[in-house]
Amino acid sequence: MTLELTAQDRSMLDGEQGPSAAAAMKILVAFSKAVGAGSLLDIAGAHIDGCLYHGKAGLDFVERLVEGGGRVQVPTTLNVGSFDLIHPGMVKMPVAEEVPAQRLMKAHLVLGCQATFTCAPYQTRFRPSFGEQIAWGESNAIVFANSVIGARTNRYGDFIDLCCAMTGRAPAWGLHLSENRRGRILFELAIADPEPSDSLFVGVGLIIGQASGDRIPVIAGLPQPRDEDQMKALGAAAATTGAVALFHAVGITPEARTLDEAFQGDAPDETIRISRADIDHALARLSTVPASTPLAAVSLGTPHFSHEEWMRLLPLLREAAPGRGIPIYVNTGRATLARLQEEGALVGMEAFGLIPVVDTCTYVTAILESLDGVVMTNSGKWAHYAPGNIGVSVAFAEMQDCIRSAAVGHVVRSAS
Amino acid sequence: MTRPVERAGIFQLAAEAKGQALVFSQPLSFWGGIDAETGDITDHSHSGLGQNVAGKILVMPSGRGSSSSSSVLAEAIRRGTAPAGILLERPDPILAVGAIVAEFLYEIRMPLVVCDIGGIISGDRISIGVGANGSAIVGSGDARPSGLEASVVTPFDGK
Repeated sequence: MTLELTAQDRSMLDGEQGPSAAAAMKILVAFSKAVGAGSLLDIAGAHIDGCLYHGKAGLDFVERLVEGGGRVQVPTTLNVGSFDLIHPGMVKMPVAEEVPAQRLMKAHLVLGCQATFTCAPYQTRFRPSFGEQIAWGESNAIVFANSVIGARTNRYGDFIDLCCAMTGRAPAWGLHLSENRRGRILFELAIADPEPSDSLFVGVGLIIGQASGDRIPVIAGLPQPRDEDQMKALGAAAATTGAVALFHAVGITPEARTLDEAFQGDAPDETIRISRADIDHALARLSTVPASTPLAAVSLGTPHFSHEEWMRLLPLLREAAPGRGIPIYVNTGRATLARLQEEGALVGMEAFGLIPVVDTCTYVTAILESLDGVVMTNSGKWAHYAPGNIGVSVAFAEMQDCIRSAAVGHVVRSAS
Repeated sequence: MTRPVERAGIFQLAAEAKGQALVFSQPLSFWGGIDAETGDITDHSHSGLGQNVAGKILVMPSGRGSSSSSSVLAEAIRRGTAPAGILLERPDPILAVGAIVAEFLYEIRMPLVVCDIGGIISGDRISIGVGANGSAIVGSGDARPSGLEASVVTPFDGK
């Protein structure tokens, strides 16, 4: 397919709007050709997953755009970086890495991006609305925007999300187009649960991620979630074990009021039944240690803790009153933290070991003090990536079990 | 005698390369899965854990996982720890961007090819060439393996 460009696109490509816009358009055009797009379309916003310092290439790219005098063309949020800029000293990093990692975060601000530094931009005032075309990076944010909100983005990676922001354009392809949002594979749940646990949603996410490949999953029979945080956990898990960018949950997500709507009138290619045993099995694989193992830390908030999740955590902390000095890290957006501080909600909580972390996440950088013993988490995503990223042993559990374990000093789980 | 691996493919980034195939039936995420400093596979849930992708022709069905894989690939290409080329069954835009940006910043071209990956086995010598019409030509690298490759013994090699 040939890629048709507008006069405005060509003007950027030809350098009439500066060298940075030209570079961004050049990469966007090459990418659009690689995916077989026929044209570009306007976007209403972007979310940039370029602030984690993975090495010199990422920094070279952004600083090259800054040198060229580039500016983003649409409202643009930033994903987590390697640093907690609000709590300096929390991240322990050699100076040789600290300097470029901070430069990377700051260079994005020079381009006009918002200092959100969160993996949950859907929790900020930049949350997109149903049907809006956007260009988002960060796998959990992508699947949330598409599935739970019904905004439209493909899985944009580092660089290309910024190229979209710098041009205000995205390739007209994939999930931007209605016909490509059709469900392909059906997962049937045979679990009636009026008050489903958070881990049920994590387990379903792990399974559909593993089994869907590049097919859009449709879930039938998913219990009605308590709130959108359970859908966040499902999507994050699905985007961890697979490449899921969009799922439909019949009767729950906005493009799946009925099974027929989710499949746009077609039949599924394949149907897979998920039993309670399948979910238990998927969750068991997240824990690398047995119960009663000594606990080194708890890590919550992957993806970033919402205000609602904080409102569930704080009573649990007061009730269990962990007093053994085991740190309970909670990753959250800086705007969410500011709101909690205004509300006075965190007063006295440090006595229970609570350590809020903003702008980054405990599995992407050196925050955890002691890696002896197991780290407990309620996040399928954290449990999957942390052993490889930061070399810890993990126990996955519901949030209340994480907090109870912090109080007794070893892994405990409620009988399920 | 070399098993036939000759096949045509579509470039996501066009370039030539040669190397030994490293084949996975399970997709591998570069982010969280590969150490860009060394090319070592670090994903504990992946069958390739402990192996190294540098200079290999990485063969797998698709990309996977976090969108941060683009910059890990670009960084690995900059450092020379990336695969010499990648063959995928399905196009992967996230890996495509990593390859395109590395070309933009450093003028290093790592071929990324979409093609049938059936019948390719780890250890096979693979060559990626550019056909007259711009398509990718994936073939067996060297009919007569050099001494170094001959010393790499895998049960299915060289048949």
